[in-house]
Amino acid sequence: MPAIAAAVIAGKPAPTQPSLNQRRPMPASHNTTNILVVGIGGQGVMTATEILAEAAMALGHDVKKTEVAGMAQRGGVVSSHLRFGPKVLSPQIAPGEADLLVGFESAEALRWCHTLRPGGVVLVNTARLVPPVVNGGLYDYPADPVGQMRALGYEVHAFDATGIARELGELRLGNTVMLGAIADHLPFPADNLLEAVLARFRTRKPQFVELNRRAFEAGRRADAREGQTT
Amino acid sequence: MAAVMPAPAQSRLLMSGNEAVARAVWEAGVRVAAAYPGTPSTEMLETLAGYPDLYTEWSVNEKVSLEVAFGASMAGSRAFCAMKHVGMNVASDALMTLTLTGVQGGLVIAVADDVGLSSSQNEQDSRFWGRFAHIPVLEPADSQDAHDMVLEGYRLSESFQVPVLLRLTTRICHVKALVTVGARQTHAASGFTRDAARWVMVPGNAARRIPLMYERERRLRELAETSPLNVLEPGEDKRFGFVTSGPAAMHVREAFPDAPVLRLGLSYPVPVERVRALALQVERLVVVEETEPLLELELRAAGIAVHGKDVLPSIGELSPQVLRPALARWSGEDGPASGAAAQAVFPRPPTLCVACPHLGVYYTLSQLRNIVVSGDIGCYTLGAGHPWHALDSTISMGASMGVALGLDKGRGETDRNKRIVAVIGDSTFLHMGMQGLLDITYNRGNVTVLLLDNRAVGMTGGQDNPASGRDIHGEPAPRVDFARLVEALGVKAERIRVVDPYELPTLFKALREETKIDEPSVIITDRPCVLIDAYQPRRPYRVEESACTGCGNCVEVGCPAIHVTRREKAVKPSGREVDLSFVRIDTPACTGCDLCVQTCAPDAIVHAEPLHAASVVRPG
Repeated sequence: MPAIAAAVIAGKPAPTQPSLNQRRPMPASHNTTNILVVGIGGQGVMTATEILAEAAMALGHDVKKTEVAGMAQRGGVVSSHLRFGPKVLSPQIAPGEADLLVGFESAEALRWCHTLRPGGVVLVNTARLVPPVVNGGLYDYPADPVGQMRALGYEVHAFDATGIARELGELRLGNTVMLGAIADHLPFPADNLLEAVLARFRTRKPQFVELNRRAFEAGRRADAREGQTT
Repeated sequence: MAAVMPAPAQSRLLMSGNEAVARAVWEAGVRVAAAYPGTPSTEMLETLAGYPDLYTEWSVNEKVSLEVAFGASMAGSRAFCAMKHVGMNVASDALMTLTLTGVQGGLVIAVADDVGLSSSQNEQDSRFWGRFAHIPVLEPADSQDAHDMVLEGYRLSESFQVPVLLRLTTRICHVKALVTVGARQTHAASGFTRDAARWVMVPGNAARRIPLMYERERRLRELAETSPLNVLEPGEDKRFGFVTSGPAAMHVREAFPDAPVLRLGLSYPVPVERVRALALQVERLVVVEETEPLLELELRAAGIAVHGKDVLPSIGELSPQVLRPALARWSGEDGPASGAAAQAVFPRPPTLCVACPHLGVYYTLSQLRNIVVSGDIGCYTLGAGHPWHALDSTISMGASMGVALGLDKGRGETDRNKRIVAVIGDSTFLHMGMQGLLDITYNRGNVTVLLLDNRAVGMTGGQDNPASGRDIHGEPAPRVDFARLVEALGVKAERIRVVDPYELPTLFKALREETKIDEPSVIITDRPCVLIDAYQPRRPYRVEESACTGCGNCVEVGCPAIHVTRREKAVKPSGREVDLSFVRIDTPACTGCDLCVQTCAPDAIVHAEPLHAASVVRPG
């Protein structure tokens, strides 16, 4: 069973005493799925999250999605929060409450992995995007972001989404590959997400529908392979 | 952009706060809407431009946008304008007097506060304007609220003949949530009625309007006590009660689901008696507001014991994870169990795009010595960062001009030989820089102005402006001629140069020469922003590895497509140790601007075979 689906059914553990400093016990029906998608400006992080939101919305969930844009469009860090469930209040995911972290870039996944809840899953594109401050020698790129995340106890599914997109002949498909990888970690069937992806292309660029279907399935397979090895 | 058919009434749509406001403005039958772009407000007008049956414009600055909207209101049309928080500083001169005349057609002014400074030079609480101008302030908590409050705002505006401030924050503007939309109402313009006593604010007339303004505010205060926009949500846990507004209301609801919460949608005038009633029911009453303690101080002045900024931060965004531990600590509970800490990863500051024409400008400025560079607001503010470090000040829109003149006139003995350079983009120059340049020429200042004309408002996403030659719909519009404009402002024709910023030697020579001459000069760079249609990519480059000597000059250009592959240390014949950086070019990202080639002495950068696959990362 996908990790999130299991969490949703099990419900969050209820504290024995009402404490002010933790999330209060909510009725099971109020459970919210929290997905954090991270990367850098220009990678399509916000679009991917929007497609996830559309899929959740089509299934009747209340949805909130937020990120800080603006300067992030200039190669800065982008973190896009998606929360869905019967009723969503605050749009932000608190540290330690993300069910799923989707990293479009390795170091960015490492930067944000503290937002995962215990037992949360990281899906990460192993591609590295090195900023000018690293090229200029001011900072080092982490030696092994995936290894570091595993050492911290997270379940990490790592694959080269950029390489998969390149093999399919269009680097911009990396976005759809990542969505494919997410598809089996959701509390709803993968086909609902695929439909949300393809719906965008049907109306805007119908010639890319088939290519995106292939990219989506390739992402699903890449994630499934990782699931077997971890 | 041609108008598209809006989604039918009763559709349930995923909309950002900005999109929801735009939809509601259209539904309200607004006929005129104006704005100057600015994060996080930009998408309101950008979206509205796609709706049919209303006039929209990018104005040259926020003050003009408010004046346009106000004029439309005088003509009896419903009108709208939008701006970011600092935009209201510019527009406030108009606001502070049009509050006296009041409005004819409904007027809603949306002000978006960049709480947390994601893309701004400061953090301000725009709710102050409600107090200052004696106008009502509406504060939505999410997209649906934003939609509904725009419609309510127009009713309020017309029934009290008052401009209404819709106060938004980043967490409203840029959060997407579900919105049920409605149908468009039609509101024909009621027509302009001459009435000098009302519209001509000479002292005698204005003095007679002031008591009317206070009377209006008194009636609004009464309304706030009964307004359905202010909602008391009861709760069983009476240890705390909360008074809150804006997105903070959602954070409070999430963090303390069992506590009574008074959500103020109409947050000014403050419904003091409703708060007083709540205070009697709870042990402690806490005001949760972003960002200044406005409600808190006003409630305390009314004799209600409230807490607020004594326990909560007054800087940056609030969230459940800020609220819960703050109140827990205050109640004597242990602090929350500390979760996993963020991993230390290099910072990733925003950068200029691949082939951005500003790269050439900042590379050149970084090579010049003995200059002071007065900067301005836009993408090119990034020139202050790595690797150029080429800006010495940034204050506000257009400030580069006046600050440069002041640096010139106020220079001390130690700065006698410093040359003063101002850097400003096309849109910022037209927004508020022109007056500063006029001040420089009129007062015989000694400043060299770099006017970076890239034909777009780059930072906010390449919106059109009078320098782009296109209007908000992308239709042809008169394009300002900067050379003639700056000459008309008093710069001698021989002191005006138009330079290609991709030609480093020309740019360097122009700057050297103009800064040496003791009179105002303007160097206009004329390459388009790489994010707009006018930009034409050229054949990309690659590095011939065997020819690269590791000098690192090309890295100093700051282009994100240039990557260091390895570093070495070498000892020069002089005995000095130098760092070598061998590089490669991310060819799929390269668009052939030629800047790095000009810095490469050994000619190691050569044309690559044309590639068609776009990079994963667009320039930037």
